[in-house]
Amino acid sequence: MTEIDVRLERVSKFFGDVPAVDDLSLDIAEGEFFSLLGPSGCGKTTTLRMIGGFEDPSLGTVYLGGRDVTDLPPYRRDVNTVFQSYALFPHLDVFENVAFGLRRKKVGGKDIGQRVRDAMSLVDLEGFEKRKPSQMSGGQQQRVALARALVNRPKVLLLDEPLGALDLKLRKQMQLELKRIQEEVGITFIYVTHDQEEAMTMSDRLAVMRHGQIEQIGAPELVYESPATEFVAGFLGASNLLDGELVRNQSDVATVRLSTGQDIHFPASKVPSDIDTLVKVGVRPEKISIEVDEGEPPAGANWVSGLLRIATYIGVSHQYKVEGPGGTELTVYVQNLGAEEAPAPGRKVRLTWRPEHTFIVKPSAALSPEEEEE
Amino acid sequence: MSALAQDTSIPSAKDLAPVPRERRRRWTYYTLPVYSSAFFLYLLIPITFMVVYSFNQSHSALPQVTSKWQGFTTQWYQQWNGVPDLTPAFFLSIKLALIATVISATLGTLLALALVRYRFRGKGATEQMMFTNIAAPEIVLGASLLGFFITLNLPRGFSTLLIAHVMFCVAYVTITVRARLSGFDPMLEQAAQDLGATPWVTFWKITLPLIFPGILAGALLAFALSIDDFVTSNFVAGSSVTFPLWVYGAVKVGIPPQVFVLGTAIFSAGLVLAVLALVFQGRAKKARPEPEEG
Repeated sequence: MTEIDVRLERVSKFFGDVPAVDDLSLDIAEGEFFSLLGPSGCGKTTTLRMIGGFEDPSLGTVYLGGRDVTDLPPYRRDVNTVFQSYALFPHLDVFENVAFGLRRKKVGGKDIGQRVRDAMSLVDLEGFEKRKPSQMSGGQQQRVALARALVNRPKVLLLDEPLGALDLKLRKQMQLELKRIQEEVGITFIYVTHDQEEAMTMSDRLAVMRHGQIEQIGAPELVYESPATEFVAGFLGASNLLDGELVRNQSDVATVRLSTGQDIHFPASKVPSDIDTLVKVGVRPEKISIEVDEGEPPAGANWVSGLLRIATYIGVSHQYKVEGPGGTELTVYVQNLGAEEAPAPGRKVRLTWRPEHTFIVKPSAALSPEEEEE
Repeated sequence: MSALAQDTSIPSAKDLAPVPRERRRRWTYYTLPVYSSAFFLYLLIPITFMVVYSFNQSHSALPQVTSKWQGFTTQWYQQWNGVPDLTPAFFLSIKLALIATVISATLGTLLALALVRYRFRGKGATEQMMFTNIAAPEIVLGASLLGFFITLNLPRGFSTLLIAHVMFCVAYVTITVRARLSGFDPMLEQAAQDLGATPWVTFWKITLPLIFPGILAGALLAFALSIDDFVTSNFVAGSSVTFPLWVYGAVKVGIPPQVFVLGTAIFSAGLVLAVLALVFQGRAKKARPEPEEG
């Protein structure tokens, strides 16, 4: 189970002088659902294409199941790809599309029929064998592309934003479906996406990429709760970040002093090893409770004061924008339990959260406009 | 719903019959049909003339076509090969056109693939030359080819005819195939390779079937260009006589009705091919119901 299926060793890919992937190393275990997550241009698709054999790495080595495949063309690698555009063969019917890989492997006619039928039932498309791809909806074509890849029982399945062209509802449905299929067939899935929610929903582990490098790698909970960099904190969900200085880093409790002179405490285990004194402390919007600023702050909790600017009612929750210390905008989500009255804009409020919900990150360089868009 | 309608005195919109609207057509409505019909007549009259007069009787000793209708006969069809030199000329043209078509379709397809897929030194020049080839007056091409062949000391005949025909056909094939290729998703070839197909298998199983309509269109065009070529052929034919060259030579003394018979045959074959192509495309388009949501 813990066998390494895919290993990238110090892989780089240059297009001209520009590195698309920059000295990247990565191990993916057998049977894992692994996502490469990042904004457009971060190198995630190039990384995937190097595993598939569609791009030659400029430097480094690609291993599949312990074997060096760096110089092998795609048709000699035991991986299959689900392309973003599906790339179904328009002149072949669905059966022949799915059977294409088996025919190349010279699988016998009877076996082909059986395996194609199995693959079609795996993706819930029985009875569509005689259709042409153009006679199917986007969602169905997506399933055909999946069946066409899975029918070959590859070692690794590569998925390049396969749900990008589907509408939201279908996408949500397919996410669960993909997860089900992956658990059923037990094949390693490597999934490329720029949609953080999609990556979190399906992945066992994910890697957040930026500028051709991995910013952080880990289980979704870990990456979400303890982002390693400012970029990861901002890309994976919403977060509130405050500038500060790491003043004390003792055995169990660390302290960051904000520019206002206020101290924020959190478990010392959350401090990354290679951090400077200038840091940012963060907290996720849903971890904060908001109350009208009166009386003594609760002992042991972290808190900041601010001015409530905007209060938005969005059904399942209330969303607040608060002007915090130093003019930083802070976001707070409060689940709509219907119990309390929402504070009104213009009030002075206190935001409170627990020390263990605090995280500390290295400040990143500013996001480029394309990255902001994602 | 109906209960509601009974209770109120105002009938619902559903119960009212739709008001018939009078159709009025401006004269402009007829412009396009009239224009199109005139255009088709313009195209078809010469062909119709040829087909009809291939059935015309002739009573002179040396039969030749006239515009005077002298009665219906299928005589010329029975004696289609009755003119001594015409039949070999006709078959020479067919043979020449077939070989030129196969060669230019192959070369043209490869050239189109190179132009669409790759960036290479001289790509722009190649494209430019292709269009120059099409745009240049045939008389210039023919004269320069003749000069070229004489310089090389190539004996004029079938081989020089073939070289010349391939030369002016390639560009047309390339352009039609290239149009087809530009709508071709290169991901399809990657998908095939991903599924274990070598580049060779990918070409035969994926690329070729998908661009085949383009190749076929280009090949038909090449065939049509080759079989009726006169100007270039006249320069490079040497002592070979193709169908158009023979007909041109016969004009001075009068065209025998067999020319119309053979012309009709070529036209009919073309017509059959065109109809087949239409039926084929129609079949491909048929059976394309509304996609269901999945």
